[in-house]
Amino acid sequence: MAQVAAAEPELRRVIGDGETVADGEVDGLSEADLVALYRDLVLLRTYDERSVVYHRQGRIGTYAIFWNHEAMQAGAAFALGDDDWIFPSYRESAIGLLRGMPAETILSWWRGHPAGWWNPADYNVASISVPIATHVPHAAGLAWGKKLRGEDACAIAFFGDGATSEGAFHEGANFAAVMRAPLVLLCNNNGWAISTPLSAQTRAEALVDKAVGYGMPGTRVDGADVLAVYEATREAVERARGGEGPSFIEAVTYRTAPHATADDPRVYIDLERVEAEKKRECVGRYEGYLRRLGVLSDEAVEEIRGDAADVMRTGIGAAEAESPADIGLVFEHAYVDPPPSLAADLADLRRILGGSSG
Amino acid sequence: MPVMSYLQAISDGLRVEMRRDKRVYVIGQDVGVYGGAFKVTQGFQDEFGPWRVIDAPLAETAIVGSCTGAAIMGMRPVAEMQFADFVSCAWDHLVTVAAKQRYRAGTPVPIVVRCPSGGGFSGGPFHSQNPESSFAHIPGLKVVCPATPADAKGLLISSIEDPNPVLYMEHKHLYRRIKDEVPEERYTIPLGEARIHREGDDITLVTWGAMVYTADEAATQVEAEGISVELIDLRTVAPWDKQAVLKSVEKTSKALVLHEDTRTGGFGAEIVATITEEAFESLDAPVKRVTAPDAPVPFSPPLEKAFIPQVEDVVAGLKDLAAY
Repeated sequence: MAQVAAAEPELRRVIGDGETVADGEVDGLSEADLVALYRDLVLLRTYDERSVVYHRQGRIGTYAIFWNHEAMQAGAAFALGDDDWIFPSYRESAIGLLRGMPAETILSWWRGHPAGWWNPADYNVASISVPIATHVPHAAGLAWGKKLRGEDACAIAFFGDGATSEGAFHEGANFAAVMRAPLVLLCNNNGWAISTPLSAQTRAEALVDKAVGYGMPGTRVDGADVLAVYEATREAVERARGGEGPSFIEAVTYRTAPHATADDPRVYIDLERVEAEKKRECVGRYEGYLRRLGVLSDEAVEEIRGDAADVMRTGIGAAEAESPADIGLVFEHAYVDPPPSLAADLADLRRILGGSSG
Repeated sequence: MPVMSYLQAISDGLRVEMRRDKRVYVIGQDVGVYGGAFKVTQGFQDEFGPWRVIDAPLAETAIVGSCTGAAIMGMRPVAEMQFADFVSCAWDHLVTVAAKQRYRAGTPVPIVVRCPSGGGFSGGPFHSQNPESSFAHIPGLKVVCPATPADAKGLLISSIEDPNPVLYMEHKHLYRRIKDEVPEERYTIPLGEARIHREGDDITLVTWGAMVYTADEAATQVEAEGISVELIDLRTVAPWDKQAVLKSVEKTSKALVLHEDTRTGGFGAEIVATITEEAFESLDAPVKRVTAPDAPVPFSPPLEKAFIPQVEDVVAGLKDLAAY
């Protein structure tokens, strides 16, 4: 089983447990900021829970669940400026919501509809990386490009614990360090790569130890503590903007949901641990923190949840209202300037289909 | 004779070889405790232990590279890429190293890389590709693409036995859909020997993998209109059975080559060129190709259907040829 202790003492935390562990605070966050962060968490949670339902209803395809990963996504995104680029993996598929991307776009992506193809430059959110770790060198390159142009922006790449075993991760991290690229490497260590536990992924005691080898600072935070993730990312972003190069953040959590809707984790996962982790899931923990601070009322919670539900209702409605994709897209999108042979192929296909498919 | 699914036949072939030959081991992502993403190695770790059914880190480069090293010291590794698409990470080790080791040092590299390939179930551009042509182009590699359960077993055993690096393309869309009789005992099928799937007189239809079934359905449809199709299942594309194709074309005088992979530089081009070079005098029509277009595999179900050759595409191609 994965060696991720339920309450590792060395993990950076801000949120207490309301009993024996006292709440901390993060400098510079107003009450409005704190509530805005909660709004982001609830939006992501609602997106995820609705998506699992939509999948069961056959309204979206195979879906990579991110339940209890919302804190690391919302916390990190909150520390970024709008010009900073986000490189998501499939686990962060809905992070564009935090940049104003309509839910329709992301739901369309999971429906395999071209309406789900966004232009990364519109949101400074890169295309979702489906292969493992291939986006780490891309993020390093984009960050380096920003630096070459003298721009202030940085990039953040999200990837999982399994990704750290891939060559692309190593090469991208090393490259970013050598070039002092303004990059934040955020490792979502949820203990599992489908069925492979962290103990079969690495012999390192902690993934953050890898940072030493690349010559960059590393921080290990509780990935279900949104404020700890925010604070660690803010520090890494400051370093990046200050010309000090990349940083590595290991956000530790435990995967309580299947890898994706096609996975059945019961044959490999520790079900007792899953239940224990569900009890300390990230949205509820932050909600408790805000209530203890006295900045979140029942009415506000209700309103925020209602807003998120509306976003999803509107999103799935709009996604389902899209007309079926025209087959011409296959031929028109593969190249900037499609070669003549593709036009001939398309004409041939339309002839065979008798014009019935557009 | 027992009836097995295509997937069960692959498992059976692998199990037979692992029982027979202690040098054979399996390595890949989620192949052990989980039994593989598609459950090809379900129960293997219980039978053979964790050191012969190895859950690897997420590292295709290291999986194939370490298999190459182990093969050089006498092992018979079978690596599983979780999806054929991910073999691109291991390209360097297959193409630069494994394919050339025998040539430059005389040491054989008897590895098998199992590559679950192909589309048809809305897997999208990273989980649906058919990379056989890329590897067939590399001297030193062999590429196997079984279509039937019996071939899946026999060809896998031959691949493990083969002293060269072999890419074994198992089509995911056949895993549970195709069931047939499979001999219980151990047997091999020579790499490079095609199979006549159905005999006919008017048009030779050459294909492999999942397209064999698309082709067969198309052949049945045009048969009703009096067009007799001889369907050749190549079974392996490197090496490929040139003689079987030429012999059939000499009989029929017309040929259509069908593959699920994209068109330009696809293996169909090699077959068409060979027919043109070596059977030109027998031809009564230009040799035709039906393939996917030069684009990524769409995730969208209707777009994927337009992308992957369908029965109606093959029927149209056969009718065009018949009318020529």
